[in-house]
Amino acid sequence: MAGNNMLKQTPSQTVGPYFAYGLTPTQYGYSQLDSLVAPATPEEDTPGERITVIGQVLDGAGKPVDDAMIEIWQADAEGRYAHPSDPRGSNSPFQGFGRCGTGPDPMNRFRFDTIKPGAVEDGHAPHIAVLVFMRGMLLHAYTRLYFSDERDANAKDPVLSAVPADRRDTLIAQREETPSGTVYRFDIRMQGDKETVFFDV
Amino acid sequence: MNDITPFTSRDWDSQPNYIDSGYKSTTLRGPTQPLVKIPTTLTEVTGPVFTPARATDLDADLTRNGRVNGEPLGERIIVTGRVLDEMGRPVRNSLVEVWQANSTGRYVHKVDQHDAPLDPNFYGAGRCATDENGVYRFKTIKPGAYPWGNHFNAWRPNHIHFSLFGAGIASRLVTQMYFPGDPLIPLDPIAQATPGEPLERLISKFSLDVTEEGYALGYVFDIVLRGPNATPMED
Ligand SMILES: [Fe+3]
Repeated sequence: MAGNNMLKQTPSQTVGPYFAYGLTPTQYGYSQLDSLVAPATPEEDTPGERITVIGQVLDGAGKPVDDAMIEIWQADAEGRYAHPSDPRGSNSPFQGFGRCGTGPDPMNRFRFDTIKPGAVEDGHAPHIAVLVFMRGMLLHAYTRLYFSDERDANAKDPVLSAVPADRRDTLIAQREETPSGTVYRFDIRMQGDKETVFFDV
Repeated sequence: MNDITPFTSRDWDSQPNYIDSGYKSTTLRGPTQPLVKIPTTLTEVTGPVFTPARATDLDADLTRNGRVNGEPLGERIIVTGRVLDEMGRPVRNSLVEVWQANSTGRYVHKVDQHDAPLDPNFYGAGRCATDENGVYRFKTIKPGAYPWGNHFNAWRPNHIHFSLFGAGIASRLVTQMYFPGDPLIPLDPIAQATPGEPLERLISKFSLDVTEEGYALGYVFDIVLRGPNATPMED
């Protein structure tokens, strides 16, 4: 640490109930502003397995939250991030970031049509970083989605290994084959017996 | 990939708690279990890269980007500042998104039920990219206070919502900017979730230098995000 010379972090504040027309305008039908960030991320020619990630955010009463915003950040199908800190770079047009509100869906689900990321490095399991924002949260929550069909890789993953064994299931998205393609179901529980594990990163 | 420089840690003296007795909606929505500390991997120190050109000049001028048949009503203001990391390095070419109520305290958002008029010429959201020095700049209308249901006679202070990215996904920040001298700030549970000196960092400063003669008052709001730690972690 650099000690006393460091500037002090700006405190976080809640995203509040009215983010949609600014942060997800297209998804919510506000036509004055185009969304810079779409819920669906891959282009036609992005290599990788097409998947859909879908889930609800459940509050402490088990009620689906209708004003949450979820963001995801992930690597490409070969485990590379489209960011200068990844020296390998990404050869695909895939940006790796998505944002989706839970308001428009009748079941208050978030949904991302994306690709399945590859493992970022040996010994790490494929995963997607997930950020949860909503009214009633003064600071967003950070978690990770892992894949139910990556059992062996999940067993070795250093981040999953840092999670108490009896809570790891909260981070595993369940794979289902549906007529419209591969779906991973990932519900986020803010509280309760199966409270999702959130990380201090 | 052993050469990852971890980010400075979240400063819990500067950040709010998930459960806050003053802000009632946190009761059922904030996580109750302790956060699990994890090793930094490449996932946390990378994040979305936006092309600055995707945010246009009009996007940063909220006095113009919602016009239909005239100018929005209210007090024009300029809001500017630098986005820095804790080491003082500018956060360059980074997306800054804002949204706010109009001058009457009403949001365009469909679920806002406050009985105050919408302004047909004000949308209330915008965005811009920081420049090489980490500077962002918006023109807008000073937002009004609005009531909310947290407790009897609860009113939010005038505020602008901000969304920031920084160097990687671990530096992501959503916050609110307040205005100096607002008598509602001491009464507002959201602002008071980080009381004392940290709250001072959320209150913009009036600036005569930013103020434009005959046009608009200027406010400065600098933002400090987490970023790469200058020295390697010792463990
Ligand atoms: Fe607000």
